[in-house]
Amino acid sequence: MINILVRYWPELWSGLLSTLGSSLLALVGSLILGTLFAFMEISSHRWVKFIGRVYVEVFRNIPLLVVTMFFYVVIPMFIAKVNGFTAGTIGLTIYTSAFIAETVRAGIEAVDTGQMEAARSTGLTYTQAMVQIIFPQAIKITIPPLGNQFINLVKNSSVLAFVAGFDLMYQGNVVAATTFNTSDTYLAVGLMYLILTLPLSYFMRYLEKRLA
Amino acid sequence: MKKFVRYLLPIAFLFSLVLILSGCGKKSLSQQDVLTNDRQSKTITWGVKADTRLFGLMNIKNGKVQGFDIDMARAITKQILGKDGKAKLVQVTSNTRIPLLKNGNVDALIATMTITPDRAKVVDFSEPYFHAGQAILVKKGSSIKNIRDLNYKGAQILGVQGSNSVQNVRKYAPKANILELSDYAQAFTALKSGQGVALTTDNGILYGMSVEDPNYVVAGGAFTKEPYGIAVNKGQKPFLRKVNAAVKQMKKTGEYQKIVNKWFGNVQGFEEGGN
Repeated sequence: MINILVRYWPELWSGLLSTLGSSLLALVGSLILGTLFAFMEISSHRWVKFIGRVYVEVFRNIPLLVVTMFFYVVIPMFIAKVNGFTAGTIGLTIYTSAFIAETVRAGIEAVDTGQMEAARSTGLTYTQAMVQIIFPQAIKITIPPLGNQFINLVKNSSVLAFVAGFDLMYQGNVVAATTFNTSDTYLAVGLMYLILTLPLSYFMRYLEKRLA
Repeated sequence: MKKFVRYLLPIAFLFSLVLILSGCGKKSLSQQDVLTNDRQSKTITWGVKADTRLFGLMNIKNGKVQGFDIDMARAITKQILGKDGKAKLVQVTSNTRIPLLKNGNVDALIATMTITPDRAKVVDFSEPYFHAGQAILVKKGSSIKNIRDLNYKGAQILGVQGSNSVQNVRKYAPKANILELSDYAQAFTALKSGQGVALTTDNGILYGMSVEDPNYVVAGGAFTKEPYGIAVNKGQKPFLRKVNAAVKQMKKTGEYQKIVNKWFGNVQGFEEGGN
């Protein structure tokens, strides 16, 4: 296993960077999109609420691979060219955002309704109360489940391998196909994924302790 | 320090798993004598393609894999085990075929597999049973006429992971980008959606795609020689001798030619061995 790591380090390293890049982009994107849709879901506006629910239910219940293949194969036929990395990252962002929306919504709803009533009675508007009182408390509640989503996101980025996105899994496939040493290659790849996800896992645990 | 040790625990766990796995399984499935096992069970397990028209393709109507490789596998099984010998077919892809053979899931591979020196280091090959050559598939009316037209920066060529055609392209069109997809069906879909300008692999496989969708044509003829071999595990010499004898016998009786004609008889422009 060590000799595969040494000999194919440039390929595996570039794969690791692609995985990291895709994960970071998707993490930021899905956090923004997810929060947006969470607010849509709890909106008192009937149509806004409806759109939010449809988005979450559709993308939460379609396999990630299907979403990604859709962006890779169908979009270039009608709209614009997208390469594997972009298609994979877009798929990953949309898929994860649906889960994050559900997590954040649950967090907001977990904050006691008395908080909102109290805030409103001091003269704050609904938006002010939401942003300054409810949301900070909700974030604290959502940290542990969000951490799970982020770790899942890094691992799910292996979907890029199926659309030639040059990520860690793709490079692992290439190395396995060149060396014919499948078991050692995938163990090396697994180890490299651990290097990415373990710090994230420990950081989330640390945050949980700090904020609790 | 204690925290650091805890951090390394999962990695240490993975390492010990490696050691355990490499320590046991000395007498794995792939090292037992295939011929004896197969004679007892009256079955030979073949690794075949299911995404390659003409060679091995899943027929959606009846859920069965059909093609040249499949008919060859069935015929060779009958030659070795007699009339009541059964051929069990396991689907493989270019990327999974060698691992599946090496861990003993299949007894032999007959899966559009070119005999190459690199592969011969890990598996044993039979005599070539089919002579293909690598070519490119492009959209009808494309300005690309042969592989050398693809040697420019920014050219996207599609290939399949685990196939040696990708390495060949690096020789003939070193400036081009190569995108490797996981199977031929996916690579062809990617070509249709414009993810690349050409798809490269052996001409036999490409003609199959051209039959499926006549908007795509094989351009420029074959630029390499790709002799297909049946692969078995190292140390299975008795089985390999039987396979070679079976193919030889089939060529003598004309059964081989009958199977070739069945699959390639009315494919236009096809010529075994390329040019």
